[in-house]
Amino acid sequence: MASKAKKRNAKQARRSPAESRTAVPSSRRTVPLQLRWLAHARSGDKGDTANVGLIALEPEYYPILRREVTVARVGRHFKGMVSEVERYELPNLNALNFLLHGALGGGGTISLKTDAQGKVYSTALLRMEIPVPADVARMLAPALRGTRR
Amino acid sequence: MNGRTVRVAAGQGFWGDWLEAPVRQVNGGPIDYLMMDYLAEVTMSIMQKQKSRDSKAGYARDFVPLMERILPEIVRKRIKVTSNAGGVNPRGCAEAVLEVARRIGLANKLSIGLVTGDDILNRLDELIASGHPLANMETGRPLADIRDRVLSANAYLGMAPIVEALQGGADVVITGRVTDTGLTLGPLVHEFGWPADDWDKIAAGTVAGHIIECGAQCSGGNLLKAWRSVKGLENPGFPIVEASADGTFIVTKHPDTGGVVSVASVTEQLVYEMGDPRSYITPDGIADFTTIQLKQAGRDRVRVSGIHGSPQTPMLKVSIAYFYGYKAVGTLVYSWPDAYDKARAADRILRLRLKELGLEYEEILTEFVGADATHGKLSGRPDPEAPEVQLRIGVRAAERAPVERFTREIAPLVLTGPPSVTGFAGGRPAVEEVVAYWPALIDRRQIEPFVRVEILRA
Repeated sequence: MASKAKKRNAKQARRSPAESRTAVPSSRRTVPLQLRWLAHARSGDKGDTANVGLIALEPEYYPILRREVTVARVGRHFKGMVSEVERYELPNLNALNFLLHGALGGGGTISLKTDAQGKVYSTALLRMEIPVPADVARMLAPALRGTRR
Repeated sequence: MNGRTVRVAAGQGFWGDWLEAPVRQVNGGPIDYLMMDYLAEVTMSIMQKQKSRDSKAGYARDFVPLMERILPEIVRKRIKVTSNAGGVNPRGCAEAVLEVARRIGLANKLSIGLVTGDDILNRLDELIASGHPLANMETGRPLADIRDRVLSANAYLGMAPIVEALQGGADVVITGRVTDTGLTLGPLVHEFGWPADDWDKIAAGTVAGHIIECGAQCSGGNLLKAWRSVKGLENPGFPIVEASADGTFIVTKHPDTGGVVSVASVTEQLVYEMGDPRSYITPDGIADFTTIQLKQAGRDRVRVSGIHGSPQTPMLKVSIAYFYGYKAVGTLVYSWPDAYDKARAADRILRLRLKELGLEYEEILTEFVGADATHGKLSGRPDPEAPEVQLRIGVRAAERAPVERFTREIAPLVLTGPPSVTGFAGGRPAVEEVVAYWPALIDRRQIEPFVRVEILRA
């Protein structure tokens, strides 16, 4: 018993101050979390535009994606890499579709890029962090359970 | 899912896809149709180049030996084939298949449906003169700006000529630039007798086509979600659509194959190359991807339903390829320690040498493979302990000469630049001709009267 309590204390000590404040209802406290823990994705190209389909890993994550993965936030994430961002919603597939214009260095055969066809813009979007309710985040990400990579 | 189903199997997702796939689709279980998509945006120009050197070329050549392998089974099992392997020379492709059929004893046992009329290269001047500017859909520039550099021009045809060929008794339908989705929709319209203006059914068949047009990319290939759990990809099960007359369908694959057909695998393919999901436009109609309902209906079976569509537009898309210029990409590998810093130093030296030589380029692009090549600035700081980093530098210019000279500036860095460099065994990089893509629209009335369907017998 004593050792269990000790472990719990150690765990609490690792948490950030924002996380351990219990006065705030858990659903309203948020922590930054990479999209890779909430979504999978596939990307493709059309001319100089890359598209990224961002798909919730579980249906209950879709509202979080819809609320937090905004055009403005995606635009900031890809700043300097794309010229304009558009977003479409597919609630039936628990997915969002992003068009990243000017993302491919001219696109198709003109582009000199390794990823001339935008095949891995999908995972580049999954690097983005969004604020996620702390309890959801704790459940999801090994990173927050102490196995930080 | 009452009543009869029609099984359309995907055999190729692009020109260069796994050669065993169509064979395994034919032998691995019951199918009614084998659909093989060969054409990507710039494929037509590659084929046009081949045709200009050899008037018998200009199609997906590997289609012919492939057909030789599967024709006996196809004839025996009465499986029909739809393919746009014809490229810019569908007649040449059809004749080559007929020749093979006769040689392997299938004379009088095979009919080929040949679809032509998509190729408008010889009609461009007449079309431009009669008020069809074929403006670039992305830039708005009229085609006249690059008219003298056009290499190929093809309108995207829909499912109609495929239906006509099947109704005419074709066993194998060979086309040029028919849409990827039309190769699947055509058989379904033919089998179920769907009216061409039953927009929900047309949209459903189009979505079915979109799901399987990239082959195994909807059945476990390139699947990101839980990728480690996708087993058996040494024998990937290519997708099969089991369609019903009501427009619903199941996506599945043959038993005893690898990969997976799941809601996740189908969803990843649905969003691939997607634009506005409410408006997936094809020559046959418009599909609303926000109406698609997916449900796991057993192991490796996903049920697709609920699809709504709307009428076709008066325009057809035209795929034009034109000569743009030249490019080359060179690489060198730098090893630990300080691999990234060495590669950066080499890049600086190379750029100074190019500048010193007075060479001018439309673009010079440097990437450091292992550090930032795929995710750019999002990759974070390069790891100073990285075992190696590949310097990858590319140039593009309107003229050949500066690109040619660039290709001779890579190897000298080995003895005249930063240390611990390797990976140049491939020799000098090749100068490539850049053939660019020019998407345009044209009034479908300028195309459809020219589309021809012929039935050729072995």
